[in-house]
Amino acid sequence: MQDAFSINLLIQISYYLAAFLFIMGLKRMSSPVTAASGIKWAGVGMLVATLITFAYPDMNNYVLMTTAIFIGGVLAWWTGKRVGMTDMPQMIALYNGMGGGAAAAISAVELLGGGEHSLIFMVLAVLGGFIGSVSFSGSMIAFGKLQGLIRKDFRFQGQNFVNIAILAVIAWLGFSISGGHADTNTIALFFGLTLILGITMTLPIGGADMPVVISLYNAMTGLAVAFEGFVLDNAAMIIAGTVVGSAGSLLTQLMAKAMNRSLANVLFSGFGGESEGGSSEVSGSMKAIEATDVGVMMAFAQKVIIIPGYGMAVAQAQHKVWELTQLLIDRGVDVKFAIHPVAGRMPGHMNVLLAEAGVPYDLIYDLEEINADFESTDVALIIGANDVVNPIARTDPASPIFGMPILNADKSHNCIVVKRGQGAGFSGIENALFFLDNTRMLYGDGQAIAAELITAVKEM
Amino acid sequence: MIELSGFAALYIFMLAAFTGYEVIAKVPAILHTPLMSGSNFVHGIVVVGAMVTLGGAESVLGQVIGFIGVVLGAGNAVGGYVVTERMLEMFRSSGQSNNKTARKEKT
Repeated sequence: MQDAFSINLLIQISYYLAAFLFIMGLKRMSSPVTAASGIKWAGVGMLVATLITFAYPDMNNYVLMTTAIFIGGVLAWWTGKRVGMTDMPQMIALYNGMGGGAAAAISAVELLGGGEHSLIFMVLAVLGGFIGSVSFSGSMIAFGKLQGLIRKDFRFQGQNFVNIAILAVIAWLGFSISGGHADTNTIALFFGLTLILGITMTLPIGGADMPVVISLYNAMTGLAVAFEGFVLDNAAMIIAGTVVGSAGSLLTQLMAKAMNRSLANVLFSGFGGESEGGSSEVSGSMKAIEATDVGVMMAFAQKVIIIPGYGMAVAQAQHKVWELTQLLIDRGVDVKFAIHPVAGRMPGHMNVLLAEAGVPYDLIYDLEEINADFESTDVALIIGANDVVNPIARTDPASPIFGMPILNADKSHNCIVVKRGQGAGFSGIENALFFLDNTRMLYGDGQAIAAELITAVKEM
Repeated sequence: MIELSGFAALYIFMLAAFTGYEVIAKVPAILHTPLMSGSNFVHGIVVVGAMVTLGGAESVLGQVIGFIGVVLGAGNAVGGYVVTERMLEMFRSSGQSNNKTARKEKT
């Protein structure tokens, strides 16, 4: 008995340490200077907690356990190491979905195991199972969409009504399970329906809104883990899950705000499918320019701001753009990067892509930090970005992006827009910036254009 | 295990919620993606719960579901760690980057 007690104590100390390391790790991850060490702190916490769990009293199935850890771990390690930086958002969705699935599995085993439990135990097990399995199937759909496996946004009349109907059945099943003594079929039906709900909730949401959805599911998985932590009397799970739940909710709000959408709007209505109210016609014409002229313009400029968008990453132009930047800096030009909060596939994604190319983070500025600088900027080079520099967001209340904070590229002396063709962008909204007198269009593939600009600057 | 009484658990829940909020509140947008990925890793602690559940499962059905749970949980923890570390490794200031040449891309 004495021995079992001391092992229990050791387990509790290890979990306590893990919880401490998780919080410290997240704290360190919130500053670019300490971020890289933060994940290592959290990693140590995870390792300690996982290893000590093997010493848990009264456990069986060690072979199954080790095999499962091996399979899951190796697969995730292998995929995680191989994936390109542009594909990060869907990988986060995938791993997050797995966590949700694990929480649902815990709940399912506990509920199927029967036995006498308090009402609060049953309610939390059911809630955790519900949230976890919605997060699981929803995240998988989000993964499929961003990966390009699911191309259509499935929308039909009254889909919100259908979702509510499914939710009502789930709630009813959940109540009866919480009451105790539910048979296997009821529990199976409960989990089956929650999985379906995750799918039907996520399918209609467009690709552009996916980051917000992934962030939401991330927070939900955290909450599910916390609930299952209550069920299993595991303080480390409660703390880690809750911290992620609340941090993830805040992050979701920040993202939704940056996109000028409310969360409800993201979840319950389509975007970009049909243009809402034919927004005002843009007058004027687009004026083209050659890369050599832009090269000269930038080489003799005092101040240049580069505004990258997801198009730049798709064209894999970030390395060339950084090479160009270094050439300009060597000539004494003041070059900065301006990042809109929703540039890339999710907030901060563009920073990751630039960091991958070697751009130091102190050359990269947020919208609030840099917007005042545009008036004194000679050249604003917009490469692969569109909606985030559209002045219509300031002027046209009929536009779907009205009110969204934008980068004030139009205020700079010269705007150069690198663009593939003349069509409207991802969202289908006409960009008034392209028609301004101080804007010139530089048509072509982002990477090729960047290479031409490098040649032009070098030849001077 | 040491039983958490209902209210102790509720207190933990409340304090952890505030902690999570405070830790994230002042984070710059440039770290949003890595931080989301990092918090995604942290809830990989679910693997511990899945292990305990599998360890206590007696029926075949329970073992199968528990097994899937551990696979998924381990995937969450390991995958979350790998991608977060890869992203954060790349962040460096201009002082640091002068010493190292820009990394070549793998593809």
